[in-house]
Amino acid sequence: MTPATAPPSQRALVAVLAREDPWPRLLRHIPDRELGLVPVIGALVLLWGVFGLIEPAFLSAENLVNLTLQSVPTGVIALGVVLVLLVGQIDLSVGSVSGLAAAVVGVTTVLADWPIVLGILLALTVGVVVGLGYGLLATRLGLPSFVLTLAGLLVLAGVQLRVLGPQGSINLPFESSLVRFAQESFLSPLAAWGLVAAAVTVVTVVQLVERARRVRAGLPRISMGRLVLRVAALTTLLCAVVAYLGTERGVGYPVVLLVALVVVVDVLLRRTRWGRAVRAVGGDPRAALLAGVAVRRTTISCFVACSTLAALGGVLAAGRLAAANQGTGGTETFLTAIAAAVIGGTSLFGGRGSAWSALVGVLVITSISSGLTLLNLDTATRYVVTGLVLLLALTADTLIRGRRRVP
Amino acid sequence: MSDGPVLSLRGVSKNFGGVRALIDVDLDIHQHEVLAVVGDNAAGKSTLAGVIAGVYRPDAGRVLLDGAPVVLDSPAVARGLGIAAVFQELALCDNLDVVENLFLGHEPTRGGFLDEIEMERRAWDLLGQLATNVPSVRLPVRALSGGQRQVVAVARALLGSPRVVVLDEPTAALGVRQTAEVLNLVERLRERGHAVVLISHQAADLQAVADRFAVLRLGRIDGELDAASVGYEDLLAAMTGVSRPSGRKPR
Repeated sequence: MTPATAPPSQRALVAVLAREDPWPRLLRHIPDRELGLVPVIGALVLLWGVFGLIEPAFLSAENLVNLTLQSVPTGVIALGVVLVLLVGQIDLSVGSVSGLAAAVVGVTTVLADWPIVLGILLALTVGVVVGLGYGLLATRLGLPSFVLTLAGLLVLAGVQLRVLGPQGSINLPFESSLVRFAQESFLSPLAAWGLVAAAVTVVTVVQLVERARRVRAGLPRISMGRLVLRVAALTTLLCAVVAYLGTERGVGYPVVLLVALVVVVDVLLRRTRWGRAVRAVGGDPRAALLAGVAVRRTTISCFVACSTLAALGGVLAAGRLAAANQGTGGTETFLTAIAAAVIGGTSLFGGRGSAWSALVGVLVITSISSGLTLLNLDTATRYVVTGLVLLLALTADTLIRGRRRVP
Repeated sequence: MSDGPVLSLRGVSKNFGGVRALIDVDLDIHQHEVLAVVGDNAAGKSTLAGVIAGVYRPDAGRVLLDGAPVVLDSPAVARGLGIAAVFQELALCDNLDVVENLFLGHEPTRGGFLDEIEMERRAWDLLGQLATNVPSVRLPVRALSGGQRQVVAVARALLGSPRVVVLDEPTAALGVRQTAEVLNLVERLRERGHAVVLISHQAADLQAVADRFAVLRLGRIDGELDAASVGYEDLLAAMTGVSRPSGRKPR
């Protein structure tokens, strides 16, 4: 080996760097960590506090049960929107897809007398096909999804009107199992507490196993105290929800469905290769491609998931209204769904966000609408307030991104 | 070096349309050695990196791995044969943390789910071997300095334990301090026994770490210089072709 010759100053610097203590650097970067859902949950608590002070009926169990049920269709749609936003795309047509799905369920089960399950399956298939179409057009032809799905919005709104036919409205019978599921199915107290126990057990076991593996591998891990604190916080939250809603009708099946979907998507996003690919593509598609990620397939899968969830949201909306009409999935639907995702903290710029942002975001939006209705304020006020909250969320998103860009 | 070259190029030429980017290039790359390829702009440096990394297929000539001819069709094939490259644009996802970037596209799983613990363990291991000052493997890459990002990109190239590591202009976009970090890293690679091909036009940086220089000029290898005896002016002269390196005429 020939010893390399180097300008002495360079050498000295190399030597100094080899000795440098890494801690000051670490400290400098800590404020840069993600805040996650904390600000939105804070906003939600604040919102509830304010509404509760002005109008105590807002915090009544009856109102909160209604609020959770109301949140479900938009929440399911917002969950899909989170996925397309994460992968760096957008889908403006989720409202139309949900309206079309509702129409399909109405026509097949009421007019054609199909079994409800078949009708729902067909509606979901429509969602899959639409998403596949968007995905292929966006990845193969490189069409920008903003305009692509705007076109889809118009086309599908037209299809929805045609499917509904000249009457423009189909009422679902109240004895239909879909309507009963959406309106009057609630967990029995036993089932609710069983679910809470199961959820807490699963979370505890997973955390303990993970911690034990980390200890064995000699990696940094959370302290036992923090782990206990986390589990205790989760237990308190779930118990509070179940106990308080239980004083009235309880936790509705649709609410359980929404939370279950959020949990599944969250696990997929955080714990699978697919989820990692979604965030990578949303962050930097070219880097993801060079790293060997199947960029096209990942993008298409998100479009498909989004449209399918939108269709499911439409089916649930039809159940909740016991009707499918021309107004189902109107303009407001896609605006609230996208707003919910962004308010929940999912970035419009791709690559940042979580499944839970759909749930928290939709709770914020539904709380605003429910609270203002209780205060006898009109639609105009509701639009303005929701818009201002969205503006706030967008500002936060952009500022966080801006700060990150200039380190 | 004792065992002969790991990788050899023999009579390699590459044209892009009418442009002759590489002409009849012979080059030997040894283990435990840092070979610096220097040259002015448009001398064919990046093409050479591309040929070694499997991005470009040479029009003429042979590539020998341990003396046996190989065809490097794609970067994936080259990687499979133990040749890894880090290109100028590092191809890291800013929003992912260090571990996520290191294993992106090749994550180990456990029962269908990501094996974060295995990944994190291997990440610490690897970064420890490189003796880097990346503060935490759970920091998003956007929070890292240019030099630290380079370290992450190099660490990712090292995951498959390659024998040859090609670094294309690793210091081009870096400041003085970060450049020193990267040069430090290159030394670690040599200590680990990798054959390192360092491609740059910043001759002064290379002098800090290179064992041997190959000078590219207008697509040809225009002399090989031993790092122990060569001076900065010699390198500049060889790169620009103002005088023969042996002449050593100060201008």
